[in-house]
Amino acid sequence: MSRSKPVKDPLITQLKSILPASCIVDDPVSMKPYECDGLSAYRQMPRVVVLPESVEQVQAVMKTCQQTGTPVVPRGAGTSLSGGAMPHKNGVVLSLARLKRILQINEDNRTARVQAGVRNLQISEAVQDLGLYYAPDPSSQIACTIGGNVAENAGGVHCLKYGLTVHNILQVKMVNLDGELISIGSTALDSPGYDLLALLMGSEGMLGIVVEALVRLLPRPQVARVLMAAFDDIQMAGNAVASVIAAGVIPGGFEMMDKAAIQASEDFSKAGYPTDAAAILLCELDGTEEDVIAQVERVEKLLAGSGAVDIRLASDESQRIRFWSGRKNAFPAMGRISPDYYCMDGTIPRKELGDVLTRISGLSAKHGLRVANVFHAGDGNLHPLILYDANQPDEFERAEKFGAEILDLCVAVGGTITGEHGVGVEKIDRMCVQFDDSSLSQFLAIRKAFDPDGLLNPDKAVPTLARCAEFNAMHVHHGQLPHPELERF
Amino acid sequence: MPGLSNEIATTVKAAYANRTPLNISGAGTKSFLGQCASKSKPLDVTGHNGIIEYDPAELVLVARAGTPLKEIESLLSQNRQMLGFEPPFVEAGATLGGAVAAGLAGPRRAYSGGVRDFMLGVTIVNGKGEIVTAGGKVMKNVAGFDLFRPMARSMGTLGVLLKIAIRVLPMPDIEKTLLHWESDQISALKKMNQWPCETQAISAASWDGRHIRIRLSGSASGIEHARSTIGGEFIDGMEYWQDLNNFRLEFFSQAERLWRISLAPMSEPIDANSRQLIDWGGAQRWLKSDAPPASIRSRASQLGGHAECFSEDKTVATYHPMEGGLLAINKRFKTALDPAGILNPGRMYPEL
Repeated sequence: MSRSKPVKDPLITQLKSILPASCIVDDPVSMKPYECDGLSAYRQMPRVVVLPESVEQVQAVMKTCQQTGTPVVPRGAGTSLSGGAMPHKNGVVLSLARLKRILQINEDNRTARVQAGVRNLQISEAVQDLGLYYAPDPSSQIACTIGGNVAENAGGVHCLKYGLTVHNILQVKMVNLDGELISIGSTALDSPGYDLLALLMGSEGMLGIVVEALVRLLPRPQVARVLMAAFDDIQMAGNAVASVIAAGVIPGGFEMMDKAAIQASEDFSKAGYPTDAAAILLCELDGTEEDVIAQVERVEKLLAGSGAVDIRLASDESQRIRFWSGRKNAFPAMGRISPDYYCMDGTIPRKELGDVLTRISGLSAKHGLRVANVFHAGDGNLHPLILYDANQPDEFERAEKFGAEILDLCVAVGGTITGEHGVGVEKIDRMCVQFDDSSLSQFLAIRKAFDPDGLLNPDKAVPTLARCAEFNAMHVHHGQLPHPELERF
Repeated sequence: MPGLSNEIATTVKAAYANRTPLNISGAGTKSFLGQCASKSKPLDVTGHNGIIEYDPAELVLVARAGTPLKEIESLLSQNRQMLGFEPPFVEAGATLGGAVAAGLAGPRRAYSGGVRDFMLGVTIVNGKGEIVTAGGKVMKNVAGFDLFRPMARSMGTLGVLLKIAIRVLPMPDIEKTLLHWESDQISALKKMNQWPCETQAISAASWDGRHIRIRLSGSASGIEHARSTIGGEFIDGMEYWQDLNNFRLEFFSQAERLWRISLAPMSEPIDANSRQLIDWGGAQRWLKSDAPPASIRSRASQLGGHAECFSEDKTVATYHPMEGGLLAINKRFKTALDPAGILNPGRMYPEL
């Protein structure tokens, strides 16, 4: 691909004066990998990509962007599933991937100070010998970075018991548009002033550029056992989840897979799942030996009482890993049964699981697209995978429509359009369904407080009221929002 | 109670138009925190009360801000559930809204989380009199800013809380207190921080200068195992934790000013001369001292933490000063919610 460069972009010239040439990517071929993130259906070539190697360089880039009125799109590993890192056509992609040093591990206080580009799993690996780990474990943990985890308030299988990113980070250093480095939070459990640390979590790059984080490390549980329970009926499986939690057990992980997901995963991973089941639950219990034995006994009874037709306890560590392997590889397994899949991410109250799954299969028939469900049942976080073929003329559009209807359903039953993947570009219109105008105005005012010129990851996460007015005009049928009978929280 | 929500919104809207500062009050159990806004118009929100939604299987409770914690705890305990952040002053009539605004958490804080960690969503009236919703009532939710969490510890300066959704916890089967003799602070800190690596059953750890007390929560077998691992002897009564949480221990009645120092749990001892009571396994240290406030604050800062003065004595500010850059973004955040600065102005900081 050869293209003559017409006029030199003055912004790039300016960036070259503050960064080494090796930190700037501006030719179309090398910029190509940055045109999208994990949500590859949305693409946009950036104006330029910068990869600073120090906090000072990040500060310099931010100052330049502010002076020139250039939009900034921060990027970690680019694993976002909502287009959160999709470039802006006039903007700089600011990659934090080269800030990848673990700065300090404090064994006494069980914390690690890491740069934003450090990978999630890398932290746990670095402290393994100390018997510690970093609890939030999004599926992309091999690749995703801690800076991106902060931006999305990432969760994962273990967050049911051990919390989300917001519960596991004590302090963040961020660079604002003035290029100023601000420390938010502290080594203590609370800090003076407002809890801006919590505000930063899940803020999708709109409030500042995260360059460093102080994370909490937890002692590794001594024992972890996993139960697999099979059900003939998906509704019963949903109710079983609620009954275990209602009985006062908080499992370390509590996942559900439906028939389509079981079949695909079993073919791919040979995890030992019963392929004739309508749904399976994987329930991990961890802690000390005594605690786990007591909990396993209790959960087995609860699952049996909820109608499980087959309950198996992984007999040893290798079987435990095998049980999990099917779940962990469920997404790649889908790649074998469908050319493309579109992963949704709504959260609903647990008691609605059975109903919502039944209604999703109804929507599947309506749109003529298959769907598989693999998800964090314990916290009601659904991940319907809509199977489609991007090479068929209208399939992605149908998948998008199907997905949007799932999200509207989540909101209608008292849930949310996104549990852990973020709004990004993907779900920005759905924000108009979940929030009213005064709430959206408030979000916009907060955004403006941190970014008066609207340069930080613009056009994402929070829609303007004008956009919502336009969206609602198209979306409202017969003068009513979807599911008008239900009160919005 | 939409009528009452709208009434509060109307009051705030009028105050916004007239630039009348409001002093939002619940049961008043934490009036010793922060500065009183003397020229403000009182806005009593205790009438806006009642539990709206609670399904034990969801581990979620939604209530109006004026709901007394006592009512909430009583309903939760009927279902063997509890508030994970152990708020103080329940018996004294504290409300959910006040507990969130003050953000005080009990001995379980270091093990289960603080108020902010349990928040799932809020509906508030902002400083323009608009009703705003953030978050929701599900465990995982990344739609919109997590505006609900910073309501904790904001002392009513960001909005008038109307509805609050919180995550609740199952009550442990049993709880017991273990006593260890330990007169050396450094050694006490080490033990309190090592033991959680050996058992998940610890739900509180404090040191009073002579003893370490550990609260164990969980199953009978888990607790017995924890005791055999970390040693110590079981003692009677769980009142100690209640008394610690509600400032009723003898320590709190000493004449000197009461300081709360929040820092990393293994931070070195603050000072050798003052009387101290350590909670949260070392992360919260109560200090009785009449030393100059500036010196206490600078020592806390030096250790990476901060110091809050909990004395009734209003001549000393409660909250720790913020540096320029941080104060500036706190101000901008406050202004985004309360542009005219009418919600509890000055309660936390003169600038907010």
